[in-house]
Amino acid sequence: MSAFDHQQQQQQLMRPDNVEEEEDEEDEEEEEDEQIQGEYNEEYYGSDVSNESGPETMPWIAWFCSLGGHQYFAEVADEFVEDDFNLTGLNSIVPFYKEALDMILDLEPEEDSTKVPDVSIVEASAEQLYGLIHQRFIVTRQGLQQMADKYQAGHFGSCPRTFCQSTNVVPCGRYDLPGVETVKLYCPNCQDIYSPPSSRYHNLDGAYFGTTFAHMLFHIYPELVPIIPNKIYAPAIYGFKISEYSRCGPRMQWLRNKQDPKSLDASGKLIKDSDDDEK
Amino acid sequence: MQTNLHSSGNPSQDMDDYTSGSDSDYTKYWIDWFLGTKGNEYFCEVDEEYILDRFNLTGLNTEVQYYSQALDLITDNLDENLDDEMRDIVEKSARHLYGLIHARFIITTHGLTKMLEKFKKCDFGRCPRVLCHNHPLLPVALSDVPYSKSVKLFCCRCEDIYNPKSSRHASIDGAYFGCSFPHMLFQVYPQLVPPKSTDRYVPRIFGFKLHDVAKQQRYQDMIREESHARIMAGIEGLPTTAAQGSSSGQQNNKNRAADGVAVATESGAMADVN
Ligand SMILES: [Zn+2]
Ligand SMILES: [Zn+2]
Repeated sequence: MSAFDHQQQQQQLMRPDNVEEEEDEEDEEEEEDEQIQGEYNEEYYGSDVSNESGPETMPWIAWFCSLGGHQYFAEVADEFVEDDFNLTGLNSIVPFYKEALDMILDLEPEEDSTKVPDVSIVEASAEQLYGLIHQRFIVTRQGLQQMADKYQAGHFGSCPRTFCQSTNVVPCGRYDLPGVETVKLYCPNCQDIYSPPSSRYHNLDGAYFGTTFAHMLFHIYPELVPIIPNKIYAPAIYGFKISEYSRCGPRMQWLRNKQDPKSLDASGKLIKDSDDDEK
Repeated sequence: MQTNLHSSGNPSQDMDDYTSGSDSDYTKYWIDWFLGTKGNEYFCEVDEEYILDRFNLTGLNTEVQYYSQALDLITDNLDENLDDEMRDIVEKSARHLYGLIHARFIITTHGLTKMLEKFKKCDFGRCPRVLCHNHPLLPVALSDVPYSKSVKLFCCRCEDIYNPKSSRHASIDGAYFGCSFPHMLFQVYPQLVPPKSTDRYVPRIFGFKLHDVAKQQRYQDMIREESHARIMAGIEGLPTTAAQGSSSGQQNNKNRAADGVAVATESGAMADVN
């Protein structure tokens, strides 16, 4: 994914020392091909004025989550980051692990850290380390609660599918390892995944949310699953439905055919008992 | 609203919305101005001959206020000096009239070719569904009646409809494109229909599939296979129908009609069945 390759480059531009003017919200949503020029400015500086205070006056985690394009992140609790057990294995994935961890926890760098060639490299590592800690944090009780609040507040946007009636979506990854694919959005109604509409999220690693979180959230909070009538789009010409026997007839209706799992047996067949007969 | 960062230097593109559009002296021709206005990227240029043929506009005079002035404005024949208020009203009517003519034009042979070019350029955006791999979309309506539903976007890969990303596009009247347009396009250009995929997203928790979702997906697989079997049987039956014209063939057709069939069945159409 070529956009993803720019990640390193972008991270170096991340410090908010030249915050751009607030931009028109609609313009972020335009097609990605319009965004060749000035892309970085729009994406990272966004419209968030709080960026200006910078990491010097704010804890690193709060600052990081306030950046434009980081609205999907929950603020990982300091205690979670401080507990080595939660970070098991990350030191072998993230370069400059120790320096990155110090940065996240707002600890002064040690004097002998001259082996670090450039602070922007540590920043890139800190983002990755934070992302991977975040993946683990958001499946804890505390993390799920935070993300449930963000979900209900609509921080992750809504499903683009018309018949999902703009129900809220949650971020997810298709891979748990970093560097494979960018973040996607899972819709609990159509149970499908979508690309975020704004290109500001097209460089965010899906691993920072992971494969488990979205489903854990609705497993722990089943009341968050929206109740929306199941509708399948039926193509028609002059009001007449197109036959499935037509060469261009519908072939994908199965994809949106959603049955209540309670009405299905383990093999996926509809259970026909007298109670459900009114259909 | 601020100056748009992406505009290409064409002055008409910098106009933020319709209301600033009364300064139509930016360009000589009303249609050029209209098509260049930000938010109108989904529209194609309706042929002048099409608009000038009154037959094509049958019935629209009752649908549009100040119809004849609006038509004159679209065709750059408006001589009357209108005051600003009246000019805004006629301008608004002209946009509505253009949209309704557009809906009729894009399902003509020439209209379809114009929209096909736009489809190939991805002027209507791409499917947001990850497993559709950025397949280009086409505008479609859920109602042909004006002022009832805004335009949606049809993906012929997943055969579903989506809301436009930008609120400018999301507020366009669906009636300016109509319910039939994308399906007409694929009837005329069936080679554009992509191969259908059975790929789907499988939710997992710590690597394990979810029991309920697995059941739902097995059900979906079952109805897909049933539909596939029906289609195979239906299409195999066709040459027999054609060759013999037998009563059993007629019977076959009746069964299909019962499924809500209206569009003629085409034989030898196995290419996109998989
Ligand atoms: Zn959905
Ligand atoms: Zn699609």
